[in-house]
Amino acid sequence: MAHRCTLCLGLASATPAPLKKTPQVLWGDDMKSMRMMAVAAAAFCAAGAAQAQEPLKIGMITTLSGPGGYLGQDIRDAFQLAIDMQGGKLGGVPVQVLVEDDGLKPGQGKQISEKFMKTDKVKLLTGIVFSNVALAVVPDVLEEGGIYVSPNAGPSTLAGKECHANYYVVSWQNDSLHESAGSNANNLGYKKAFILAPNYPAGKDALEGFKRTFKGDVIGEVFTKLDQNDFAAEIAQIRAAKPDFIFQFHPGGAGIAFLRQYQQAGLLEQIPMVVPSPSMDAVTLKAIGEAAVGVNVSAQWNSDFDNAANKAFVDAWMKKYNRPITYYASQGFDTALAIGAALKQTGGKVDDAKAFRTAMLKADFASVRGNFKFGNNQHPVQDWYSMKVVKGADGAPIIKTNGKISSNTGDFYAKDCKL
Amino acid sequence: MTLILEQLLNGLQLGVMLFLLAAGLTLVFGIMGVINLAHGSLYMVGAYAAAFAAKLTGSFLLAIPAGLAAAALTGMAVEYLVIRHLYARDHLDQVLATFGLILFFNQTIILLFGRQPLFVQIPPALSGAVDLGLFPYPAYRLCIIAAGLLSAGALFLLIQRTRLGMLVRAGATHREMVQALGVDIRLLSTIVFGLGALLAGFAGLMAGPLLSVQVGMGEQILILTFVVVVIGGLGSVAGAFWSALLVGLVDTSLRAFLPQILRGMMAGSEADALASGISAMGVYLLMALVLLIKPKGLFPGHA
Repeated sequence: MAHRCTLCLGLASATPAPLKKTPQVLWGDDMKSMRMMAVAAAAFCAAGAAQAQEPLKIGMITTLSGPGGYLGQDIRDAFQLAIDMQGGKLGGVPVQVLVEDDGLKPGQGKQISEKFMKTDKVKLLTGIVFSNVALAVVPDVLEEGGIYVSPNAGPSTLAGKECHANYYVVSWQNDSLHESAGSNANNLGYKKAFILAPNYPAGKDALEGFKRTFKGDVIGEVFTKLDQNDFAAEIAQIRAAKPDFIFQFHPGGAGIAFLRQYQQAGLLEQIPMVVPSPSMDAVTLKAIGEAAVGVNVSAQWNSDFDNAANKAFVDAWMKKYNRPITYYASQGFDTALAIGAALKQTGGKVDDAKAFRTAMLKADFASVRGNFKFGNNQHPVQDWYSMKVVKGADGAPIIKTNGKISSNTGDFYAKDCKL
Repeated sequence: MTLILEQLLNGLQLGVMLFLLAAGLTLVFGIMGVINLAHGSLYMVGAYAAAFAAKLTGSFLLAIPAGLAAAALTGMAVEYLVIRHLYARDHLDQVLATFGLILFFNQTIILLFGRQPLFVQIPPALSGAVDLGLFPYPAYRLCIIAAGLLSAGALFLLIQRTRLGMLVRAGATHREMVQALGVDIRLLSTIVFGLGALLAGFAGLMAGPLLSVQVGMGEQILILTFVVVVIGGLGSVAGAFWSALLVGLVDTSLRAFLPQILRGMMAGSEADALASGISAMGVYLLMALVLLIKPKGLFPGHA
């Protein structure tokens, strides 16, 4: 023990953070200095040993399989990249990320979160991509006193009345994606919209969100079937309706099929398309290729953002992974930075959720998207940007940022949150 | 008016795709009495083989024989290894075994190609839209319609005018008699199964550049294919043809025109929701209606 203690002392002196947490000294004045030293040494020893041998565990539940598997993969890899760039630490605190695949199944996500919290004693969780999984997992995590930081899913039900002190969203509230697309259409000067989304809750939310900010007329509104992948009938309707533009939200393979068929029908040159970022990321762009040139996208981040944090991030990503970099990656990276900034202030402690919250809400980190702060419902208040798919220097299409759509934008549900 | 014509073409295109799948399904049922749930998997195999070949060689022309060969060979192998042992069994066993095949094929594809969808570029010559005078229409879809109708014609000639076709027809109605006359009915079965698989593979490889090639794509279209076969009459290729066109047109028209019609009668968002609900059910209602009036389908095959 003595031997280990000296070793610890050496280690602990290198990390000054635990010094502030020296226990209260309750002995008499005469012995004070000596005992204080002993207690401090013991405290150092405990803290140092814990840090050297057991890094803080962060539980990551994410979707790594299925057509949406690349979303979780990018979040996981960017989160790890942030840790690697800080030398295996976040905010000076050694961390260990436990990663499990939820397979886009809410039940599976729930099992993993129970395992993380009960068996692995994890207090801090993150990673979920899809809202249906988040809605199954997050309330349980919060109920059991855990902290959840979302790198992607931001369902409306958890943003308003049901907001929670230990629930943070670093990405966006879901509706913001579609609201920003509506504002984007306003800015582009479009008046007559034809809008389409699949007939399921997220599809309906997409159209509602779009209509909330779009100021022109919606001359056609179509709900497609969720498993539909041939859109010839809808495309003919669009041609006949002659709108100024269309807004469509079809996640996954269906969205790619829609875009290709729209381009094949010769409509992309005639009737422009406005989409939210999940319909057009670097991976889908690579799959679609030139067919996507001319599509208008709105997002909170893009790989061409000209700020130091983003440049370092994009360079490191390309160096380590050398594959297209997506919004999801940027969100995973920012999530790690946000957690790191909080850990730095709490000295790596997550047991005191209140202290962690105070630290977290300061959002004291350089986000790769530029401006970032938390709103009253602990969802982001951030800027949205207008982008367009154009041909890059080497002929391959890229997503180019054109300008801001809105600044310091919070979300629609924040007003219902009483935090 | 032009919109109606365009939607009719869309319906026709869906119809011929469904026919290519339904023809194989109905032949196999008509001649061997086997319900093959794994027919959609052969469609998927054709699509994947073509996508893979297109990626490897960069040529869509080379992808066509690759897709056809892969589907036909897989079909014949499935017949030889699995289906052959099920002829004497009842339909429940067949359904169970062929359902197992679906799982087998899906997992195999995941192992080989992963879960990410594959994308096939349209051959450059067919990538644009053709101006039909009244409206432009995608050249590739026109090409699908032409190829589908040609295949239907060729299949008709094969079945009605050739010796093989005669055996197929005879095998469907008088299986024992054909066997007694010295025809190798087992070989005939393998050939017919391979032919059905070939057609499914053809549909799959044509669908590739239009839709995304992904695991489970066969099951999506299989249900609609069964509706076609039931409406057309089990075992009847002509029935499959007319019923495929009917289902294609009805499905497309409901999706295309019902929202407008309903919007004339009620509030916009309610009309849209109701229309998408009804059009999703449309072909199944059609099937129920046909079965009420003609319980054996529009063109019943053999007794």
